[in-house]
Amino acid sequence: MKILVAVKRVIDYNVQVRVKEDGTGVVTDNVKMSTNPPDDNAIEEAVKIKESGKAKEIVAVTVGEEKSQETVRKALAVGADRGILVKADGIIEPLAVSKILQKIVEKEKPDLVFMGKQAIDDDCNQTGQMLAALLNWPQATFASKIEVKDKSLEVTREVDEGLEVIEVNTPSIVTCDLRLNEPRYASLPNIMKAKKKPLEQINASDLGVDTKPRIEQIKVEEPPKRKAGIKVASVAELVQKLKNEAKVI
Amino acid sequence: MSVLLIAEHNNKEVKPFTLNAITAASEIDQDLHVIVIGNKAEAVVKSISEIPNVKKVIHIDNEIYENYLPENFTSVITKHAENYSHIVCSANTFGKNLMPRVAALLDTSQVSDIIKVVAPDTFLRPIYAGNAFATVKSTDKKKCITIRPTSFDPAATSGGSAEIVKGDSGESFSSTKFIKREEVKSDRPELGTARIVISGGRGMQSGDNFKLITAIADKLNAAIGASRAAVDAGYITNDHQVGQTGKVVVPDLYIAVGISGAIQHLAGMKESKIIVAINKDGEAPIFSVADYGLEADLFEALPKFLEELNKLNTIQK
Repeated sequence: MKILVAVKRVIDYNVQVRVKEDGTGVVTDNVKMSTNPPDDNAIEEAVKIKESGKAKEIVAVTVGEEKSQETVRKALAVGADRGILVKADGIIEPLAVSKILQKIVEKEKPDLVFMGKQAIDDDCNQTGQMLAALLNWPQATFASKIEVKDKSLEVTREVDEGLEVIEVNTPSIVTCDLRLNEPRYASLPNIMKAKKKPLEQINASDLGVDTKPRIEQIKVEEPPKRKAGIKVASVAELVQKLKNEAKVI
Repeated sequence: MSVLLIAEHNNKEVKPFTLNAITAASEIDQDLHVIVIGNKAEAVVKSISEIPNVKKVIHIDNEIYENYLPENFTSVITKHAENYSHIVCSANTFGKNLMPRVAALLDTSQVSDIIKVVAPDTFLRPIYAGNAFATVKSTDKKKCITIRPTSFDPAATSGGSAEIVKGDSGESFSSTKFIKREEVKSDRPELGTARIVISGGRGMQSGDNFKLITAIADKLNAAIGASRAAVDAGYITNDHQVGQTGKVVVPDLYIAVGISGAIQHLAGMKESKIIVAINKDGEAPIFSVADYGLEADLFEALPKFLEELNKLNTIQK
């Protein structure tokens, strides 16, 4: 079995994001970038499946600017065998990413495609479902448990009501939740080895996909700030304030 | 121009967030139609037809729709989409799972999780866990929009009498099989719509200690929330998680207990009207968004909190 894992380079989850003063976006210069957190879970799951002997090859792919190859290298360092960087500049919307991934899937013919359920930058939560639609494949989104069967997966999904279990035949798309597993860290020797693993570069334009944004970003602004609150000295004071000042209880 | 809203329901009842999505949808355009795809969901169809904002209900009935698999829903929606300028539904796990599959087949770049309708083609949406708000304009002919339900009031549910029409079902998708759903049943108000939410974090130290929270939730008729750390640690089930990748809540009162206040958690609760933080670490970031902060050991503060509540003559429910 072959697993394709899609990863995205985003502002690190620990960074306090700042809006640019001119309202064109958020500050990314000199800001720490990392792999989108649930994409780490996607790689980890693929590596675990390979370690169990149920997968032969893991290919990590990303779509983005030149620097995004760092993110692919990181995937290679934790166990992916090969990498692909599809180069594209500017904002690439999930629809365009899924069309690019469709081309990669047609070329690589994986049995499974894994990715994070949502990117923590644009918070769109679209790419996996869109790719599944374009390929007419089953989709198992928000996965917190995956059991590999003969020609299918049994996937536990986190939904608003609790948990849902579905079975999807391969080939299929799985989008991963943060609770799927505990991503490992890359060891130094593996980081060194990853530098020698193959990383193919393709231009998005060569794939014949139109990546022009369909959504115009008119302005990006700071959300309204909450006004500073107070510290109360005791539980009794808290309850009194909630009752008589805020009038919420 | 007219809007097609995809109803979320369990074949018996309309899910409450559909009502919030209806409010947002009718801000886009008054000519609002609702599609109900289900298995013997007549009761749902009837109740939606009574919503005054709704002009028409399209009912698709087939047993293949029992478990609302998006693989089955999509073809029906894309077929009906021809007649509409906008396809909308709520941005909860139902809508998040379904809408992108529809949008991709319509070759539309979806606008996710809007919190305001600026114009029929322009919307406000949070990005970066709500640390920035983006105003975006869709240039696609047909627009696919998901709506953050807690940013819109629920629509009135009676007084209307929309026309009901039957539509044809689509083909069944054989490669996905529903196995089971483990719903957590509770008599408490739903987390997403509760007037008061009390949440516990890593500071609770165990699942058993959540009973301190439960006791207060009972007293206040509150829903129980949790930080991701508490869910990851197994103190409480995933349906309680509040945050960027969990649920977004906007109650009148949000009480955060033993929660440090990572930005990912704040993303799910910082629009609450009144925020209370109880934490023994006075430097915890949660205090920066709290209207009332109490620096205290939660194991002493919570029993006392209950005691003080018991002293009150009346409590708003």
